[in-house]
This record gives sequence, C-alpha cells and structure tokens, in this order.
Amino acid sequence: MDFSYTILIPLIPLALFVILGIFSKKIPPSISGWIGSLGLGTSFVLSWYTAYSYFLGGKLNGVYQTFIYKTTWLNFTDKLHIDMGVLIDPISVMMLVVVSTISFMVHLYSRGYMKGDDGYTRFFSYLALFSFSMFGLVLATNLFQMYIFWELVGASSYLLIGYYYTKPSAVAAGKKAFIVTRFADLGFLIGILLISYYSGTFDFQEINSLHGSIITNWAATSFMGLSVITWGLILIYLGAAGKSAMMPFHIWLPDAMEGPTPVSALIHAATMVVAGVYLVARLFPVYYFVENGFALQIVAYVGAISSLVAAIIAITQTDIKRVLAFSTMSQIGYMMLALGVSKYDGHEGLGYMASMFHLFTHAMFKALLFLGAGSVIHIVHSNYLKDMGNLRKHMPITHITFLIASLSIAGFPGFAGFFSKDEILAAAYENNMLIYVSSVLVAGLTAFYIFRLYFGIFWGKDNTYEHTPHESPWSMTIPMLFLAFMSIAGGYIPFSDYISADSIPFKSHLNLPLAAIATSIGFIGIILAYVFYKKENNLPERFANSFGVFYKWTYHKFYFDEIYLFVTKKILFGIVGFSAAWFDKHIVDGTMVGIGNTTVAISEKIKGWQSGKFQDYAMSFVGGGVVIAMVVFYIWIN
Amino acid sequence: MIAGINIYEILTLTSILFFIGLYGFFTRENLITVLLSIELILNASALNFVLINTYLYPDLLQGAIFTIFIIALAAAETALAIAIIINLYKLIYSVEVKDTETMKY
Amino acid sequence: MDILSLFVVVPVLTVLVLVFAKNLKQARVISLIGMTIQFAMSINLIFAYIKERTVNTDIMVFTKDALWFENFNIHYSIGVDAISVLMIALTSTVILAGIFISWKVDDLAKEFFVSLIILASGVFGFFISIDLFTLFVFYEIAVIPMYLLIGIWGSGPKENSAMKLTLMLMGASAVLSVGILGIYFNSNADGGALTFNILEIAKVHIPVAAQNLFFPFVFIGFAVIGALFPFHTWSPSGHASAPTAVSMLHAGVLMKLGGYGIFRIAMYLLPLGAINWTDFFLVLAGFGVIYGAFGAVMQKDLKYVNAYASVSHLSLVLFALLMLNKTAWTGAIIQSLSHGLLTALFFALIGMVYGRTHTREIEKLGGLMKILPFIGAIYVITGLAYLGLPGFSGFVAEMNIFVGAFQHPDMFHRIITIVVISSIVVTAVYILRMVGKIMMGPLSNTEYAKLPKATWYEKAGLILLMIPVIIIGVMPFGLSEMIKASIQPFLERLL
Repeated sequence: MDFSYTILIPLIPLALFVILGIFSKKIPPSISGWIGSLGLGTSFVLSWYTAYSYFLGGKLNGVYQTFIYKTTWLNFTDKLHIDMGVLIDPISVMMLVVVSTISFMVHLYSRGYMKGDDGYTRFFSYLALFSFSMFGLVLATNLFQMYIFWELVGASSYLLIGYYYTKPSAVAAGKKAFIVTRFADLGFLIGILLISYYSGTFDFQEINSLHGSIITNWAATSFMGLSVITWGLILIYLGAAGKSAMMPFHIWLPDAMEGPTPVSALIHAATMVVAGVYLVARLFPVYYFVENGFALQIVAYVGAISSLVAAIIAITQTDIKRVLAFSTMSQIGYMMLALGVSKYDGHEGLGYMASMFHLFTHAMFKALLFLGAGSVIHIVHSNYLKDMGNLRKHMPITHITFLIASLSIAGFPGFAGFFSKDEILAAAYENNMLIYVSSVLVAGLTAFYIFRLYFGIFWGKDNTYEHTPHESPWSMTIPMLFLAFMSIAGGYIPFSDYISADSIPFKSHLNLPLAAIATSIGFIGIILAYVFYKKENNLPERFANSFGVFYKWTYHKFYFDEIYLFVTKKILFGIVGFSAAWFDKHIVDGTMVGIGNTTVAISEKIKGWQSGKFQDYAMSFVGGGVVIAMVVFYIWIN
Repeated sequence: MIAGINIYEILTLTSILFFIGLYGFFTRENLITVLLSIELILNASALNFVLINTYLYPDLLQGAIFTIFIIALAAAETALAIAIIINLYKLIYSVEVKDTETMKY
Repeated sequence: MDILSLFVVVPVLTVLVLVFAKNLKQARVISLIGMTIQFAMSINLIFAYIKERTVNTDIMVFTKDALWFENFNIHYSIGVDAISVLMIALTSTVILAGIFISWKVDDLAKEFFVSLIILASGVFGFFISIDLFTLFVFYEIAVIPMYLLIGIWGSGPKENSAMKLTLMLMGASAVLSVGILGIYFNSNADGGALTFNILEIAKVHIPVAAQNLFFPFVFIGFAVIGALFPFHTWSPSGHASAPTAVSMLHAGVLMKLGGYGIFRIAMYLLPLGAINWTDFFLVLAGFGVIYGAFGAVMQKDLKYVNAYASVSHLSLVLFALLMLNKTAWTGAIIQSLSHGLLTALFFALIGMVYGRTHTREIEKLGGLMKILPFIGAIYVITGLAYLGLPGFSGFVAEMNIFVGAFQHPDMFHRIITIVVISSIVVTAVYILRMVGKIMMGPLSNTEYAKLPKATWYEKAGLILLMIPVIIIGVMPFGLSEMIKASIQPFLERLL
C-alpha cells in the first residue's frame, strides 16, 4: 500500500499559512476563512481516507504494518541525522483523524466566532501554522522530527494564546505557556540526546525495536542507581508532561484560556495537549521494557495525581473556560495513567488501547464543550459563571450539544466517554488498585464539576443580559452538531481492533461490574450537581464554607502559580539574575575599568616629570649626556 | 698662535665661558638672558674651534671655517629666538620663563 | 583581477568615489551601488565556489600569492574554503542591509559611509587572507574605524564606550600579535624558511611546548572580540552607544572574526595546544553562555539586552569550537552565520524603534505592534528565530552544537553540555519578555499612535536579512554538507 500522499496532509496547511501569513493585509476576511476551511477540509478528507484504507488494508498476517516515507534533512554525524518524513502506523493514523477533524471543525466554527475581528486573516494563518505543526508532530518518524514540530506547536500556541495582543493578560499567558513548556522541552531535548548517545539513532523504529540496542542493552549503563536510558525516558517524559499540562507543569494551561475559544478547543483541549500522551505511546515499548517499566510507573503516578488534583481544582473555579482547562488536565491524567498501567502483549495491553481510545473520544467531547462554551461566551461576553444562567431557552442547539458532551465526559452509559473511561478503569483495576480507586473518585468529581457547569450555564438563576441572548449562527452550530454526533458515535468504534501496544488486534469487552461502579459514582456526582446548582440556592456557599481552608486552597489552585512565581521571579531572576548583573557591572567590568584607571593613575603620578620648563628639560638632557659620556668613558678605559 | 699663552690656559677660559653659559641657560628667569647664555655657549665653542685649529693644525683652515658657520648660525638662531620671544610677548605679555610652562602635558 | 581580490578592491573604489560625493543623497547612492555589487559578487562567489569544488579538492581554492615584504617572507596570499565563502556572504549581506538602515544619517553622511565601508573592506580582507601577517593587517583595518564610528556618530556616553571598545580590542591585538609571532618563529621546525602562510605552517610540526605556550595567546586574542567571559565588557556599552548600522555590522560580522580566527589559526595551527587547553576555556565559554543569558534578563535597555544575548550566543560558538568535533564545529559556523543575521536584524529593529520613539527603555515602550505592524511582525519573528525555533537558522545551529557536543566521549564534556543547553530556557525568557513588553500589550504612550510606518528602505534591509535566516532554517542540508567538507582537513589535524 502506498501512503506517500499523506505528506499532503501537513503540507496543505503549511501552504495556507504562508499564503495567509504573507498576504494577511491583502486577503479580505470573507475569502481567507473559506480558503482556510477548504484547505483543512482537504486534509480532513485525506486523513479519513487514510484511516479507512489503513485500518481495512494495513494488516499483514494480522499485524498492522508501519509505513515510512522519509528523506534526510540534516546530517549530524555518520549515524545521527534528522529525517523528515511520515510514519504511518495505527496511532499516527488515529491522531491524524483526531487532529484533522477537530482542526476542520474549529476552522468552520471560527468563521462565525471570529467574524468582524481585526486580525481575521492572521488568525486563520496561525491556525494553519498550528495544524501544519501538529500534523508534522503526529507523523514524525524520529525523535528529532518530533522535537522540531513539538517546538513549532509550542510557538503557534504562543501566537494563538497571545492572539489578542493588546491585552496584557493574554500576552502574559502566552509567554508563560511558552516558557513553562520550553523548560519541560529542555528535558525532552536532553532526553533525546541521552537516548541517541547510547542508541546511535533518533528513529522510532530502531529505538522501539524489541531487538534493538536500547531494549536489549539498557542495563549496560547506570547513573545513580538507574539505567541512563531510564533517566533519558524520565527526561523525555518531562517534555511530555510540560505539553500535556501534567503536574507540576500544568500552571500554563488555565492561563492559556486567554486565547480565543476556538483555539482553546483546538489546541488546549483536543490536540496539542495530548501530544505528551502521544509521545509516551510512541515510545511505549521502550518505556515498558527498560528497567522493567520504572519510567512508566512514574508516568502512571504523575497521571493519577494530576487527574485527581485537577478534578478537585475544577470544582471551585468560576471561569467556565478554566473549569474546562482543569477538566482537560484531569482527563489527560487519565490517559497518562492508562498508559502507565498498561502492559505490552495482547489483552494485557488494554491500558494502551484505552488511553488512545480516551484520547479520541476526549478530543471530540472536550472540543465540543469548548465550542459550546465559546458559543455562550460569544453571546454573553463574559467567561464567568455568575454572568450566566437559564440560557437553555435562548440557545437550544448549544444547550443540547453541551448536554451531550457533558454526559459523555461524565461517563453516562451509551455515550462515548463511558466506553473509553470504562476501559481505562478496567486497565487500572487489573494492574494497580491505588490508581484505580483514585480514578473512580475522579470519575465522580468529573461528573460533578461538569454538571455544575451545565446547570450553572443553562439552568439556575435568570440573569438579565445586555443583549437578548440568541442562538449562534449556523457556521458555529454545524461543527458543534457534528462533534455531538462524534461524542456519541465515537464510543461504538471497536478500538481494540485497530490499536494495541503490539499492533496486533485483540478483543476487548465491556467490564460490567466496573462499569456499574463507575456509572453509579458518576450518577452521584450528577445528582449532587443537580441539587446544588439546578436552582439558585445557598447550598454551594455553605458547603464551601464548611471546607474552609481547603476550599480556599483549592480555589487558589493550591498556590502553584505563587510558588512558581516565587521561585522564578524572586530566586532565579531576582537573586541569580540580579547578582549576575551586579557581578558583571562591578566585578568584571570593574576590573577592566580598573585596569584603565590604574594606567591613568600611574601616568598622573609620572606626568609631573614633564614640568614644561625647558630649562629642566635641558638640564636632564645635559645631565643625561654627561652620565652617558661617563659610562662610555668608564667602559673605554677598562 | 699667541705668544706666552699656551693652549691649556685658553681652553680653561673657553670652558669657563661654556659653563657660565650653561649655568645661565639653566637658571636665568628671563628669556632674553637665556638667549644671551646660549650665545655664550656658542661663542665658547666657536673660540675652541679657532684655537684648536691655530694651535694644533696651523696648516689647515677647517676650524676657522666652522667658526664662521657657527657665527652665521648664531645670528640666524638669535633672529629666530627673538622672533619667538616677541611673539610670545604679544601673546602673554611676558618674557619670563615661568610663564611659558603652559605646554606641559 | 581575480575573484577574491575584488572583494577588497570594490570597497576601496567605493570609498574613493565617495570622497567626491557632495551630499547625503549622493553618498548613500554610491555606497548602495558599491555594496550591491559586493553582494552580487558574494552570491556569485558561492556558486563559483560550489562549481570549483567539483574539480578542485585543495583545502583552499581560488588561491593567489604575491610577495609583499621579502625580508620576513610576508606574502599577500589569499584563498577561500566554504567557511570563508559563507562569512563573506554574511558580511556583504549585513553591510548592504546596514546601508539601507543608514539611509538617513543625520550629519557627516559622507564620512560615515566612508568609515563604514573601510571597516567592511578590512573584514573582507580578513576573510580571504591565508597569510597570518596580511590577516592581522586586515583585522586592524577592521577594528580602527570602529572608534570613529562610535565616537562621532554614536549616542549616550559614546566617547567612553568607543575608547573602552578600542582599547580592549587593541589590547587583544597585542596579545594576538604575540601569538602570531610565536607561530611565525616556530614555523620552520622541520627546517626551511620562516613563513606566515597558514597552509605552509600546517604542514610542519610546531613543538608541543610552543603550541601550549602560544595557544592561549591566539585564543584570547581572538576571543576578546568573540566576547568570551570575562573579556566581554566592551560589547554592551559599545553596542549601546554605536549607531544602528555600526551595531549591526559589529555584532553581526566583526564579532565573528573571533570565532573564525580561533578556528582558522588557533585550532588549525596549534592543534595540540588546543587539546591541552580546551577544558579550561570550555568552562569559561560555557559559563559565558549561561551568564550572558542571565545578564540579558536583567537589562532595561533594548540594546543591552541584545548585547548580552550576543555574549551568550557567541560564547556558544566558542564552546562549540572547543568541543573539537565535526558536528559541533559545523554548528559553530552555522551559529556564527545565524547569529550574525539575527543580531543584525535585532539591532536594525531596535534602531527603527529608537529612531521613532527616541527611547530604548523597555519599560517605556509598549504596544507598538498596532502602530508599526511590519516592524512588529519582523520583531516577533526575529525573536522566535533567536530563541531557536525550528524553521529558522538558530535552531539548526544550536542543534548541531548540542548534538555534536553531546557526542563527546568524555563525561565532563557531556555534563557541561547539559548545563549549556539549559540556557535555551533563559533565552526564551528574555526574548519573550522583551517582545511582549515593547510590541504587545496596550500602547504605552499616546504620542506613539502617530509614529510613521516602516519605509521602503527599512523593509528592504529587514527582508534582506530575514531571507537567509529562513533559507538556512528550512533547508540546512546543502549548507551543512558544504561546511562539513571544508572542516574535514581542520579536523584531521586534531587526530
């Protein structure tokens, strides 16, 4: 089979970016929106076609084949070189579908949402840049190509978060997102260097090969009690955690909500933030086999903790986009922990499949939640829950689609989220009881906070609005309807037929007892939310007060931001930076200036000899002559 | 050749003349007197040339010719020096050595 | 006239014609014509070089030799390899952009252009020379006009800065000349005449003791202009005081003479000395990378930010050179090119902002993107390129350096590499802080709303510099292969 045409999938958005970017002043908004949507539409069609042909015909002897098309981009040494190319295997095809679908939907949606904005064309060029980078990341054939696109998605995320560049908070958020992820990427880069130093390659295929030098030979090196390869993997996971907003790098994600809402849907919910999950999945064999999965354990625990903490914080937030942001973090934690508890072969690799499954369904329903939130914000002109309420009559389509997405994320039976979450819980149950318990707890919390949001927006108090709310235009609701469809239908895709850790399809079944537990916990969450928020009452306040300090801590997101600010501003740049600047000015430059000053001082001392009296000069001249004559004479007579 | 006076006596005289000139040159405060001292030095050396020529090499004339050169040189030098001094006076209204120190550093 | 000597002759002719220019208009047109010819020649040289390489495998091609001063065996001998060709292309690009940026010099226009072009001719001569003495002469020609350019056309405490810069560079020259003479007097170790010719010296075996003795002289002599810690202090004040075009040329090209000289002379002629001294200088260079980055974070003046950033990025060049392997060296050369273009861009942009707002203080500026969209967009792109975003030259350079350095078999070298890599985060901090503050956010001063947009010559200068940055970033393969082939003979000396 020939998949070389997939190179077009990233190249179309790249061309769009160049055209829209260079002529952003010339192209009228009416055209640029269409150009962008059309281009991404092509990528969308190509991706689904790829998925169709790959999953139906990509198997050889029951194993999904990997197709690689690449060319050398830059040679480092004889062995190490960066290739640019496309790698087609089950997870990359799945990701292609996710990215192209969400990106296409967001393009369509933005045509309505961004209408009348000054930088309309610029916005679409950024979106195209992001889509290009994300496709490149997904299709990467080697670690370094992935790193390149990893940085590019970071940059496009920076540009898009700071899209409203006259707003200081947006600029600060973009900066924060870039710097925090860049710090994490530092780990990624060093990890790549470590791995490539010992394996002599960047290629995923060679690194992941079960007979390759890394998996067979990881024990050969050691550093502080662990294999150096394990250190490399942990460092790479740092990069993944940064992009995927895992603890403790999650601080940028809530702030990133300063960007336009379609951007939050595309980048900070569905695609870029799951890049970390994708990276770990991409290197899964190495994570699993090296040091008996030590690094994978870390992945699991970080994922579980992040998912729990984020779910708790999400309950107390009042900005609806921030609630969704923490929800995203929590769900990504789910995916991470699913990968973390997974094993490799056959049905043992359930967690891997579940993680990818959840990635897929989550992309659909979370993008939908964001688009719905965007639709509401578009009408209400506020992000805050207190400014909303009782909107269900004014915005019926938004209401229905939001409800579907909420049910899906809450794991309500029959919706997509139910199926994927069930697989995750099953995988956790089989491998790690502690993580399982925390995951079930998170499921309940998720149901609670999402329905808090739902009731708060569409029911609750009857707010008076400046303009009478109305439904958003069709350009915005059609993508929402499509995603609503996917949020239900996505669950019925037999994922284990397509994706597994060892590329061999297996059969997975609904684990009914576990599903029952999770569902009932979810129900409790929904009912609690119903009681608290269906009608305006003072229950939530009383409840919050009873928690006291804990509520305050949660509301302030456990003061992570403050701690970071303290460490960076006060310690790193305050003390280190300040003292470096002081040192430079006073010690280093002082020494150089000192040398100059010493010269001046010495000449100041000896310039007195130059009295300006010619008689003194004559005296020295004659005296000198006499002395020289005496010396010559003395030598001569001896 | 002057009868009754030998070369040493005359050389002593010119040496005294030379050192008086040198002393004057070093110590006088007035530029004109400094110039006079220079004349003394020049004359001392001119005398030396003539005398040594006459006493030691009576057949030759180089010493005498040099002396003529020195006299001409001295005249030119004096003219120049006086010109400088006059100009200096126009500039700073003084011919004192101590007033000409402004050129230091 | 051969293809290389023209690079010195054309600037000199331009200067001669410039002398007859009557006003600013004539002066800038003459300079523009001269430097456009120069630019065209350098593009031509790249292609001529590639063509020549297919038939000629010498270390240097297009060589010419003429006896200059017989007693000391000084020749005017010239020749180029890929590295000098690229450096020449960089120089001609930056100087042409510099002419565009100086389109409106306030006073003494003719003299300004004359000094600028004399400086350039020195740089071109430096890059084509393969005779140590000629090379040194051209180096001095390049350094001296700097004093006038900063002292006369500068701003702020210009006399002081100019003096500091010139004195430190002169001091370095003194150290360097000791090193060069040391090489010269050991150049007949295997018998024969003393020589200044680099290629000839490379054939003899200079005694190890002499190599160890003279390596630090040559290294420090060049490293001062390459902003090695702790000899970098001339650069912030010098850059801050210099007029825009001079800052561009200085940071963009002149500071590259250091890395180039180290590579060409210290590493090539004194390989054993290099091996013995690397650890010591590596620590200094590595420290300089981090130190410059932190220094840049704390600055309040845009030019100071950029000056410290240059210290950081150029220390990276020295760091890579000291790693003594092919990949790192390739990275060092690309980093020289990339930094040359990017820092020239930054200085040009800062000059444009300063020319309009009359302030360079970050705190006073803000929200200029809305008023100056073109300058703002280029500013953001330059910033992203500067912090090593893929798709721009900086990334290619840094990755070559990091990967190359990390391939070093010695543990110490790998650890110091990791420390150095961490500078990329700090770079992101100061770049984004600067870009975010001055270009984005609300407009800081209502008077700025009426600032004039970018003119055609400003756009021309910026685009001229931006194009190679993107070309290197997107298609590095040809470039890096070209450099690698030329590095090979230099590398073999170390083995």
